[in-house]
Amino acid sequence: MAQAHAQPLARGFADPVHEGQAVFRAVMEALSRPGRLRPLVTALAPPAPLTPELAALALALTDADTPVWLDAPLGANPAVAAFLRFHTGAPIVDEPGRAAFALIADPARCPAFTAFAQGSLAYPDASATLILAVATLSDGTGLAFEGPGIRGTARLDAAPLPADWPSRLVRNHAGFPQGIDLLFAAPGQLAALPRSARPLIPEA
Amino acid sequence: MNAQATNPDITVSAGSGYNFAYLDEGTKRMIRRAILKAIAIPGYQVPFAAREMPMPYGWGTGGVQVTAAILGASDVLKVIDQGADDTTNAVSIRRFFTATAGIATTTRTAEASVIQTRHRIPEAPLSEGQVLVYQVPIPEPLRFLEPRETETRQLHALAEYGLMHVKLYEDIARHGHIATTYAYPVEVAGRYVMDPSPTPKFDNPKMDDCPALQLFGAGREKRIYAIPPYTRVRSLDFEDHPFRVQSFERPCALCGARAIYLDEVVLDDAGGRMFVCSDTDHCETRRADGHTGEAA
Repeated sequence: MAQAHAQPLARGFADPVHEGQAVFRAVMEALSRPGRLRPLVTALAPPAPLTPELAALALALTDADTPVWLDAPLGANPAVAAFLRFHTGAPIVDEPGRAAFALIADPARCPAFTAFAQGSLAYPDASATLILAVATLSDGTGLAFEGPGIRGTARLDAAPLPADWPSRLVRNHAGFPQGIDLLFAAPGQLAALPRSARPLIPEA
Repeated sequence: MNAQATNPDITVSAGSGYNFAYLDEGTKRMIRRAILKAIAIPGYQVPFAAREMPMPYGWGTGGVQVTAAILGASDVLKVIDQGADDTTNAVSIRRFFTATAGIATTTRTAEASVIQTRHRIPEAPLSEGQVLVYQVPIPEPLRFLEPRETETRQLHALAEYGLMHVKLYEDIARHGHIATTYAYPVEVAGRYVMDPSPTPKFDNPKMDDCPALQLFGAGREKRIYAIPPYTRVRSLDFEDHPFRVQSFERPCALCGARAIYLDEVVLDDAGGRMFVCSDTDHCETRRADGHTGEAA
């Protein structure tokens, strides 16, 4: 923690009410229309490797009621946990299974979805939301999806992601209504894949 | 009553002393997280910690909390009560948000970005940029068939909806047709059976494949649920008794519109009556465009 105190704490939202609302509305729109890219602009300058977009989503969605799990690169810099604790009050947890939100700076090494809370059949809402900081997002290529919020089909490609990503998404959707929901934050952009989105895997 | 608990006159204290849109930020975040889960699991009722609002239960406390949680400074709000913009519930909720959020309001369906409704879906087609927020009294479609929450939760978990089909069948056995005319149960995205709130079944087809996001808030029962855009919403029925909406023999007496939902207006004590658009904005827009009915 001495390291965290050595550098000044990065600022949160300049206007927490309206910036928080704007980020939430972007998430709501993204989740309602899976695969569609939305702008996500923020002036935050959080400690690396927490990206500005990841920080904006954390500040808008998490608080003392939502345990947050950090992946290894985020956990390696104590300033990240200090920043999140100060601005959100969210408890940072070590076990991914206890988290309501997981912040992932290295999506290529994203843990198995089943490591996170899936909810139960009676309470499928008691499940985790994974927020991944990706380098690129595209809605013109990649896997095709159909389901609620999608007119016809939608495509979404993000990088970097693990090689077994399509099969993870298939298994996650197969467990519906249980499962996890995914938010993708690229520089200036946001997209989402709720568990209801069905990946269309071409027959091998 | 405790004098300290009485409400200040919200219409007088415009903007001062309240957080934007009345609710505190922690409450908004909690409601927002429930909304996100509701969107990810279409038709599932997400429990949330509904707050006391400065209006009685039954006046739209659930819808008001959902609206307060999503509203931004640039939103334009429309509120309807049985299709009308000018009745007590609609006027008071519109004034509540004008006073606490200082946002613009409208009665025009096409101009609104957020529409809060008590039991009607506007006649004008909704578009992608819009959010429709329903005020819901009883969110559980199975509640009058099975009073225990523990049991209805299990029935939803197992997607066991035979009870609802028995109810609709009993309608047929008793009346010769499905006599349910409002709060007509729907199946959302092929999984959850959902109460569309007490909208007339006339509006059920508008929920299907709708470009707008539909959010449902029940304050007293503390539940939020959602229908994402472009989602399959099917009204439950039987092959030999397919779902049908109400039809009206005569057009609106004021604007001449057909194939819309009409309200009956009693004119005198000698049986005089007329039927007019339930959606006041639809009627006014048509009359402004030069359409007239027999009583206009």
